[in-house]
Amino acid sequence: MTTVSMTVNGKAVSSDVEDRTLLVDFIREQLRLTGTHVGCDTSQCGACVVHVNGTAMKSCTMLAVSANDADITTIEGVANDDLHPMQKAFNDNHGLQCGFCTPGMIMSGIDMVNRYKAEGKKLDETAIRHELEGNICRCTGYHNIVKSISQAAGEM
Amino acid sequence: MSSEGIGAPVKRKEDKRFTTGKGKYTDDIRMENQAYAAFVRSPHAHAKVKGINTSVAEAMDGVIAVLNGAELTGDGIGNIICGWAISSKDGSPMNMGAWPAMASETVRYTGDAVAVVVAETKAQARAAAEAVDVDYEELPVAANIEAALASNAPQIHENAPGNVIYDWEIGEKDATDAALAGAAHITEMDITNNRLAPNAMEARAAIATFDESDDHYTLYTTSQNPHVARLVLSAFYAVAPENKLRVIAPDVGGGFGSKIYIYPEEIVCLWASMKTKRSIKWTSDRSEAFLTDAHGRDHITKAKMGFDANGKIVGFKVATKANFGAYMSLFSSAVPTYLYATLLSGTYNIPNIYCEVLAVYSNTNPVDAYRGAGRPEASYVVERMIETAAREMGKDPAELRRENFVREFPHQTPVIMNYDSGDFEGNLNQAMTAADWSGFPARKAEAAARGKMRGIGMACYIEACGIAPSAAVGSLGAGVGLWESAEVRVNPVGTIEVLTGSHSHGQGHETTFAQVVAERFGVPLDSINIVHGDTDKVQFGMGTYGSRSGPVGLSAIVKACDKVEVKVRKIAAHLLECNEDELTIGDSQVKVEGTNKALGWHEVGLAAYTAHNLPADMEPGLKEGAFYDPENFTFPMGCFIAEVEVDPDTGVTEIIKFVASDDFGVIINPMIVEGQVHGGIAQGIGQAMFEEVVYDDNGQQLSGSYMDYTMPRADDLPSFVVEHHNTRCTTNPLGIKGCGEAGAIGTPPAIINAITNAIGDNNLSMPATPSKVWALIQSSGAKIAAE
Repeated sequence: MTTVSMTVNGKAVSSDVEDRTLLVDFIREQLRLTGTHVGCDTSQCGACVVHVNGTAMKSCTMLAVSANDADITTIEGVANDDLHPMQKAFNDNHGLQCGFCTPGMIMSGIDMVNRYKAEGKKLDETAIRHELEGNICRCTGYHNIVKSISQAAGEM
Repeated sequence: MSSEGIGAPVKRKEDKRFTTGKGKYTDDIRMENQAYAAFVRSPHAHAKVKGINTSVAEAMDGVIAVLNGAELTGDGIGNIICGWAISSKDGSPMNMGAWPAMASETVRYTGDAVAVVVAETKAQARAAAEAVDVDYEELPVAANIEAALASNAPQIHENAPGNVIYDWEIGEKDATDAALAGAAHITEMDITNNRLAPNAMEARAAIATFDESDDHYTLYTTSQNPHVARLVLSAFYAVAPENKLRVIAPDVGGGFGSKIYIYPEEIVCLWASMKTKRSIKWTSDRSEAFLTDAHGRDHITKAKMGFDANGKIVGFKVATKANFGAYMSLFSSAVPTYLYATLLSGTYNIPNIYCEVLAVYSNTNPVDAYRGAGRPEASYVVERMIETAAREMGKDPAELRRENFVREFPHQTPVIMNYDSGDFEGNLNQAMTAADWSGFPARKAEAAARGKMRGIGMACYIEACGIAPSAAVGSLGAGVGLWESAEVRVNPVGTIEVLTGSHSHGQGHETTFAQVVAERFGVPLDSINIVHGDTDKVQFGMGTYGSRSGPVGLSAIVKACDKVEVKVRKIAAHLLECNEDELTIGDSQVKVEGTNKALGWHEVGLAAYTAHNLPADMEPGLKEGAFYDPENFTFPMGCFIAEVEVDPDTGVTEIIKFVASDDFGVIINPMIVEGQVHGGIAQGIGQAMFEEVVYDDNGQQLSGSYMDYTMPRADDLPSFVVEHHNTRCTTNPLGIKGCGEAGAIGTPPAIINAITNAIGDNNLSMPATPSKVWALIQSSGAKIAAE
């Protein structure tokens, strides 16, 4: 057991974890923030994407102890009362069906918009599709996910 | 059309919880006193179980129990069944082998469960499952159809000689043979339909709780049809009587057919909860999903289509071998028969059709319905055949289709189906216009100048949805009726709950079903709640699959609304002292036409429940239920066109444009319908170009993770052009045909027809991987125009 401390969605948390505990399991099972999902066991699907110190990270690829002192944002923490523009864009454009991949898609979407803005690059359809390499959706065919991220990119 | 009613692209009500991380999927639920299950699974595709030593596992930290198949059957838990009886040509019944939820004597595929460990934590359960020592005696393996039918094949189930489950036929053999004998042109093809893993993003999960105080079970499960699950668990597996078993399917992360069936894990979790007096939770990981979810497709077909001198189809003969895997899953027998061969007439007038289907056991995962279920296989055979025939006869593929289209309705095919409506040429024309079909030669020449091989291909699919008239499917062997139920409850304050037996796992029922009721009673969408997925709340239901929630589930809701309206009119006429037919319902009120006399919608509700002043003999309350049994299947159809570019140096195919023109009848919410089409197209492209479950000869699955099984990604796909040319369905009250599977049905032949057009070689099988396409270009010596 190791004691880890981190900030999750603006709140300081501290807990004893087994050394082998993945960050995603810590978030889901110990913090009971179940919006972060697990869709595979090979770090392919991206349903578990969270932000670690402002960068998108598959929380299944990281141990909880590696996130000690980190600032974590999960899908539950991207907005307060109003929806984040990315969340709203997914609703506006029917960017989700079963909703299971959606938290990861939204977290990846926010990250890619932030990165492209910071670098002054244009996030066009080709770029969005390329950037979604690490997120799998089985319902939407990505068509409306691309539209959603594109809309949010114009609003963020 | 109101802004919230039928035809309006209303944004989804359910999205808020999903976009904010508040969805509640089965694995998100935690019960008090919860323990975890981990299954001990066979690493061999076929073996005798000689012994199971659990002593090490039982002594490990946190282990509560290690249970096995002998104990399960000893407690009277029944074998898993297939619920659709199919007979062979000779009238003999199908040869269904026993499928115990945990094997105690023989394992028949890698992943077959032999024991379960229950422990305090998931990690402890998994560690102990690895420590269970099973003594196997390996047996010879048949890992595919050919191996299973070979003369020296191992016998997989004793009661299925030669591994044949049934040898079934439909249509007129002699008449078809005669028609083919007189044909001016015959096209023959061997066609394989590749095996797929459904891959809903939420893997299966279950939590079972046994309440000792009243011998009652509760099961949370990832199901598309919780009532069917309860029925089967109760009636066939004898886990608990129906009145002592509540099944809840909460938010479910996609299904695509794979969550219709009742799997071993749910049975074992329920039984183990009784044995251990703990809530038992099991969540599949993706590797386990590849090993245990029912797969789809896996057909090998020989087809022969004959044409007269004018290009009219005179006969169509098809022989298909279908891989069922190691056990017969719930609807497996219906998929390659009544959901497949009955669609072999396609969109065409074909006077003579004969099809025979050999159903075969193998040492692989069970195979059952996956998005489209039989209809993609039929569409693939028909549309590749007519395309190839056009090329062989030197005819324009669109013209050959036009010449053979069904144009008058109703149209009785030689294989059971009776098409009620459609304008097939209208969809063809719409798709060709959207695809700029006539501009293709110029684009092909331009691509050739860049060293690329450009191709265009189409498919005119038809499918059967809205399954199904209960008496009809009963006569064909179904063990259940395929009606749907609904209940509409108007509350005293006028808000409405709609209880439905349909289940939404991505389809947006909470929005579309509410739209229909909002329009019907002229009340706000937000005042309506859709309740589904809980056997304690909804009386009964057959669930969601086969694109049936619109045509069947909504029809039940309409029927219940009809009954509510009758009572509303009686109450309002009584209170307003008018005749019922003078009343109009809308704008949240019930009004006497041409006067200012009106009651608010909520006032009618309140009057019904206060019951202070109701018509004589009327019962208080305002809620009505209905069961709707469909009159016929519905027949969505459409024309899909794909345009692709192949790089001859690498064999890589790029989809340049994909156009869909569908006929779905009346559409409730076009935004949601288009989303269904997008997803179906993506799965169809996945089948055509990327996906395939591969086993080696020992029955080991080589494609058991996302490192090995190619799921379509965003950068593999274009944006799609989705259009509609709709004709109203004539056999249900709303005129809906259903849209859930169309994309997966029409897409594979359109893609393969486009790639084969590009490379000038028809001998291409799915998935059309770069290596396969490249090898074909090399072997056929195809030359691009530029060279």
